[in-house]
Amino acid sequence: MRQEGLLQLAASRLIGLVPTLLVLITISFFLIRLAPGGPFDAEMAAPPEIRANLEAKYHLDEPLLAQYFRYLGEVIAFDFGPSFQYKDWTVNELIARGFPISATIGGLAMLLAFFAGVLIGVFAALRQNTASDYTVMGIAMLGISIPNFVVAPLLILVLAIYGGWLPASGWDWTWQRGIMPVVTLALPAIAYIARLTRGSMIEVLHSNYIRTARAKGLPERTVILRHALKPTLLPVISYMGPATAALITGSVVVERIYSIPGLGSYFVQGALNRDYTLVMGVVVFYGMIIILFNFIVDLLYAWLNPRIRYDEGE
Amino acid sequence: MNDNVEKRRSERTVDDVFAEAMAEPDIRGRSLWMDAWHRLLKNRAAVVSGVLMILIVLAVIVGPMVAPWAGDFTDWDNTSSPPSLETGHLFGTDAVGRDILVRTLEGGRISLLVGLVATLVSLVIGISYGAIAGYYGGMTDRIMMRVVDIIYALPFMFFVILLMVVFGRHIILIFVAIGAVNWLDMARIVRGQTLSLKNTEFIEAARACGVDHRSIILRHIVPNLLGVVIVYVTLTIPQVILVESFLSFIGLGVQEPMSSWGALVNNGAQDMESAPWTLVFPAVFLTVTLYCFNYIGDGMRDALDPKDRA
Repeated sequence: MRQEGLLQLAASRLIGLVPTLLVLITISFFLIRLAPGGPFDAEMAAPPEIRANLEAKYHLDEPLLAQYFRYLGEVIAFDFGPSFQYKDWTVNELIARGFPISATIGGLAMLLAFFAGVLIGVFAALRQNTASDYTVMGIAMLGISIPNFVVAPLLILVLAIYGGWLPASGWDWTWQRGIMPVVTLALPAIAYIARLTRGSMIEVLHSNYIRTARAKGLPERTVILRHALKPTLLPVISYMGPATAALITGSVVVERIYSIPGLGSYFVQGALNRDYTLVMGVVVFYGMIIILFNFIVDLLYAWLNPRIRYDEGE
Repeated sequence: MNDNVEKRRSERTVDDVFAEAMAEPDIRGRSLWMDAWHRLLKNRAAVVSGVLMILIVLAVIVGPMVAPWAGDFTDWDNTSSPPSLETGHLFGTDAVGRDILVRTLEGGRISLLVGLVATLVSLVIGISYGAIAGYYGGMTDRIMMRVVDIIYALPFMFFVILLMVVFGRHIILIFVAIGAVNWLDMARIVRGQTLSLKNTEFIEAARACGVDHRSIILRHIVPNLLGVVIVYVTLTIPQVILVESFLSFIGLGVQEPMSSWGALVNNGAQDMESAPWTLVFPAVFLTVTLYCFNYIGDGMRDALDPKDRA
């Protein structure tokens, strides 16, 4: 019965993803086409016939609607077309090159954020309204407030320039180069998860079944780990969807500051150069990932929380 | 105490009671807010943040007016000079000799202004959208909220970047772009509140009196959303400031000679090896402001919504 409910939920959510994707592709397509200045503006005034050739090659001479449907068809086939700026590269190849790096940093940051955040949150909740609670939560608030483009230069300044312990920027798949980007990216998420965990843990600790567990004489360790932790994690799990989006956005800045050739830096470069296909490709690709993660989180949440019923919206 | 009131009540004339009843809603209405206000004042972190915030706002408004330099004045004798009393550049100067203190304060004007205006934009859109969806309910609600869900799932920051790329980097566009993308949460919150409000007795009473939908929404529903809205606004402002700084940081926000904290941090990050003060001061202002807003917002939520206190 429950399994069925979950499957049904999965199916309905999957169908719900289609319009979202369609809107995503449509808006970004028309927005980017509205942009003044074409991708070939930067090139030295090309003779009109060469220009026409270029435009014909990229189908820019067709009516907008035809271009739109062509693009839609290509995206469905997972083909984002050639990049305008990076000659000889397709957007697919650029994504394939940049994404593993971005995904590694993002994934590690997510793991770090989850474990560190939950740990700090539980710590603070168990010491509610003590000095250590206030200190830890004050630091967490700082973690939320301090933007990652402030953290990153400061870290470079202290750890690389003054300290000389870590390389300031660049990427070569070693942990030395990974540590600063991952920490920078994880920091706000750690702080947010810590606050969520603390709030939720305090609420759970006040519930009746925890009182029952304590009344049974269970050791505090068991009460916390066995009984309190799982429901505590529910809001954290549902935050993981938006957290993915936040990490992806954050990676744009982090990759730029640490000169990491990930997908985020391609995106900014593409946006500044009006590389239509690249920008669209990255937006659609990231959009898909965010949508996918929200979907997974939804399912995970429903699976973890037997009380929830997903039949009518709220 | 209670007996006393009862006794007095029995001695009063009808006129007294009537006069009191007329006066009463006024007192009660205020006391709810006074309660919240007192709760807020007890929250030390929120009070300290509030005071700091007022100081920053004052400094940002008054500072550039009384400063001996304009933000774009270049002091060629003191380029990249560290903070010092002798030169008068308390926060030092940047690579072309502009005073960091004045620039930080001027940048603050833009950052705070963007925060306020964009939040207002998202407020207006969010409240009207959410109130209409929640009030009419049914199919209208379902379609409107489905639209919100769809937009919600989009990578928001990328759309702001796209908007900036497409329409150029005009400051008004920053307001609109951020505000227009940021209204979703507001709409959801307002809708939820409206749903629970619309079945209350006083709305029913208004409907029974023949008040039309428009007036019910504007006169009865929206004012009752105020508490939630205020909390949300205080939490939105720092988010918006952050987005603007982010845009300015990657070079898509405000342009020279205008600057914002994000743009200053960006400039500072480029010269931080030789002139770390160009990074540190704007960064501190930005962070302290965000910190304060977050604490005030937290305090407001605790004060206005005691049930929800976790």
